[in-house]
Amino acid sequence: MTTNRRDFLAGSLSAAGAAMTPSAPHAHEHQHEHDHQAVPSDATLRVKALESLLVEKGLVDRTALDALVDTYENKIGPRNGARVVARAWVDPAYKARLLADATSAIAELGYVSKQGDRMVALENTPKVHNVIVCTLCSCYPWQVLGLPPVWYKSAPYRSRVVIDPRGVLREFGLELTEDVEVRVWDSTAELRYLVLPERPAGTENLTEEQLAGLVTRDAMVGVAKVAPHRAGGKA
Amino acid sequence: MNGIHDMGGMQDMGPVQYEKNEPVFHARWESRVFAMMIATGAWRKWNLDAFRHTREVLPPAEYLETGYYEQWFSGLRDLLVRRGLVTAAEIESGVPAPDAVKAAPPLTADMIPAALTNRISANRNVLVPPRFKVGQRIRARNINPTGHTRLPRYARGKIGTVHLDHGVFVFPDTNAHFLGENPQHVYSVRFAARELWGEQAAPQDTVYVDMWDDYLEPA
Repeated sequence: MTTNRRDFLAGSLSAAGAAMTPSAPHAHEHQHEHDHQAVPSDATLRVKALESLLVEKGLVDRTALDALVDTYENKIGPRNGARVVARAWVDPAYKARLLADATSAIAELGYVSKQGDRMVALENTPKVHNVIVCTLCSCYPWQVLGLPPVWYKSAPYRSRVVIDPRGVLREFGLELTEDVEVRVWDSTAELRYLVLPERPAGTENLTEEQLAGLVTRDAMVGVAKVAPHRAGGKA
Repeated sequence: MNGIHDMGGMQDMGPVQYEKNEPVFHARWESRVFAMMIATGAWRKWNLDAFRHTREVLPPAEYLETGYYEQWFSGLRDLLVRRGLVTAAEIESGVPAPDAVKAAPPLTADMIPAALTNRISANRNVLVPPRFKVGQRIRARNINPTGHTRLPRYARGKIGTVHLDHGVFVFPDTNAHFLGENPQHVYSVRFAARELWGEQAAPQDTVYVDMWDDYLEPA
């Protein structure tokens, strides 16, 4: 047991969550370089200390922690949701099932069991544009999109998208005309929403897999449309 | 609680900061906090509502200044001590108490795929009659609970229409405080944007909020 670990744990308790690093989310500017790890930060040491304590007490299994991180860094992400969307685009019967009971339809592809969070799919059309948010915290459809990006959890998005959805979407580069109804879905309960974006014109000859390659995370949150070609730019 | 976390409708938070090609975690410690929260959750000593409330009770300035996983870390330490998995002395010393019996972790690496696809749901298969019907006009109650609630301030007192009945779910306002699950129906309720925000909202736009029976009254 090092003095460091004792000090950092005690410090974290007395500080009760005072900023552990100088880089609060507001510091994550566009194109910010994330090189926090050059020198072990205060946060790194405090978190390590707690992990060691939990492992020593037998409360957590370190390899389980590794597997959890690996799962969310490498296995569960927007590619899962993109496959759901592409399937719905090529298979009208699947699309009907997805819109009627998204939990079961998504489970068909193996991404979520019926015991998990309830899923609801929201279809975008030329006249209806859906966008999702969690104004109270950070609820997000992990099973199909992975963990949410910082902007989705941030105060600007959560506070403004319900009162000024068109203005927020404009910041994402999406201008919606007045004949479109904007529906904002505030995830206040344990329903998780997935936006089914419009299939772009000119993609009639693409395979399901190629279509999945076009579908972005942002389109499935509802802050973007799907472009007919995978362009550079926003993720 | 009318806290800073209930920020729907505030206008002074600045532009959305978008990061291109954002990594899942911005530092290794964030990923360890995330994993520890999931793994300790397997002890079933607390629930998602209780965890959410740990973030809500942070002082407002701190809530805005600290990063997301810092808030998770703070909540994790709080729950570990409050729910008896770790003592405050162990947090202070960094080592297990001399008389502590080593436990067996309920979540092991081989269980991860199953654990992920079988998350404990807040949905309950119990017969509770719904108090409202799809298509019915309702008013969100004007209540100001001092504990955890999922009724956002911007919807209170507003008139909407029941759009969907999602079935029966645990009630966060009691569940977060370990006062029982109080299962009841949850509905998607549709509000005209103008009902919520007045004339500045586009007349055709709408906001859908998920609401429990206890948040609603007939209108």
